[in-house]
Amino acid sequence: MKVVIDEEKCVAAGQCVAAAVDVFDQRDEDGVVVLLNATPPAELEDDVRQAAAVCPALAITIVD
Amino acid sequence: MSGASVIAIPERILVVGASAAGLACVEALRRQGYTGRITVVGDEVHPPYDRPPLSKQILSGVWPPERSTLRSREVLAGLDAELVLGDAAVDLDVPGRAVRTTSGATHTAQVIIVATGARARSLPGSDGLERVHRLRTLDHALALRTDLLAAQRVVVVGEGVLGSEITATATQLGLHTTMTGPLTAPMALQVGPMVSALLAERHRAHGVNLRLGIGVAALEGENGRVRSVRLLDGQELAADVVVEAVGAVPNTDWLQDSGLPLENGLVCDSRCRAAEGIYAVGDVARFRHEQLGRLVRLENRTNATEQATAVARVVLGHDEPYLPVPYFWSDQFDVKIQVYGMIAADAEAEVVEGSVSAGRFVVRYHIDGRVAGVLGWNMPKQARLRRQEIVDALNQSPTRSRSEEVSR
Repeated sequence: MKVVIDEEKCVAAGQCVAAAVDVFDQRDEDGVVVLLNATPPAELEDDVRQAAAVCPALAITIVD
Repeated sequence: MSGASVIAIPERILVVGASAAGLACVEALRRQGYTGRITVVGDEVHPPYDRPPLSKQILSGVWPPERSTLRSREVLAGLDAELVLGDAAVDLDVPGRAVRTTSGATHTAQVIIVATGARARSLPGSDGLERVHRLRTLDHALALRTDLLAAQRVVVVGEGVLGSEITATATQLGLHTTMTGPLTAPMALQVGPMVSALLAERHRAHGVNLRLGIGVAALEGENGRVRSVRLLDGQELAADVVVEAVGAVPNTDWLQDSGLPLENGLVCDSRCRAAEGIYAVGDVARFRHEQLGRLVRLENRTNATEQATAVARVVLGHDEPYLPVPYFWSDQFDVKIQVYGMIAADAEAEVVEGSVSAGRFVVRYHIDGRVAGVLGWNMPKQARLRRQEIVDALNQSPTRSRSEEVSR
């Protein structure tokens, strides 16, 4: 699994961090998504899919 | 056998509504491994699209309309659901689990999920006047944009979240913009007096004419076209275009003869279940929030997805209550606001991080000494980090009942 984020679309909701804290973070200054791990391990894949699903800005894309 | 855990997995699921909540239902069902048939029926002809950008990027023209589309054609096809668009549901037969649509089609299923959303409320007497707009759909946004581009003066009626965002966007398009409404500051109901006063300052600083704290008496027209907004104190606000942003009404008319409990939405239990085999998600759903101890209807984007995920779990056999921490965001001018929890207008507000003078801060709201909400003003991450404080408060005994229960 490969994760791609779109900083321009991000609305800083932070829903992704709540879903997968090991993969996503937010910038301190404006809350925009920070990708901690672009190729998360298998055991985190469900969480990452959940993160992409709950992102209200569609800023997370998963490439299988 | 007994026990709630023994639930037959339905062979066929019908989702009524093809917007964010309806789409999220399909995605959540598939993500959770459901392989049965899914049909989605929606009244709009557009494939599922996102509404939050309508009052911002779509209205401003920063985004082309198609960018609000929620999923590409390929991704939609991959969901393996039958998508019936441009065909509104007209009635629901509860015992027969059947939905009839305007085209005369009847769809039956073991489980029906109602996701018909809400529609924009209009002011009495505004029907038929040209250049009076509401904003709920993509078509609304594009029509409003066309009229705004040809106008000099716009009056936005409504000081809630949507009215405040439309005001900011119209101002940034270069229009002379007036905002009016019965409350004394933008979003006063959603964020309380302290933050709404700061928002009023931001709007004024950008040249918005705020005529707040007074209701609208009537829209005045000339030759079938709106000319002004008359307030209850007699003031007349000249307008080339008027936008009504006076709230939303849940789309339950089609359920009138269903026998289901309808009261400010489709009334559901804590599993978002309105009757056996009938569920509701999104703006239309008024569900029992067990921790708050009352019925709640949430009109916000993140609820559409979270509630869909929760209902998919219930439908697939997990008997769990839906216990969301409500969340919404709003972008206006140079301010990004994030709100977690349920903030009542009378909650005590305390700046717990940053400072008002620095233009970045987090406010924590207390009701009866308990954390009820957190708001970030240009501090999204720091606000989110305090969401847990609301969860902790909710996990204590139910808070006292409050009358206000529609929240964005």
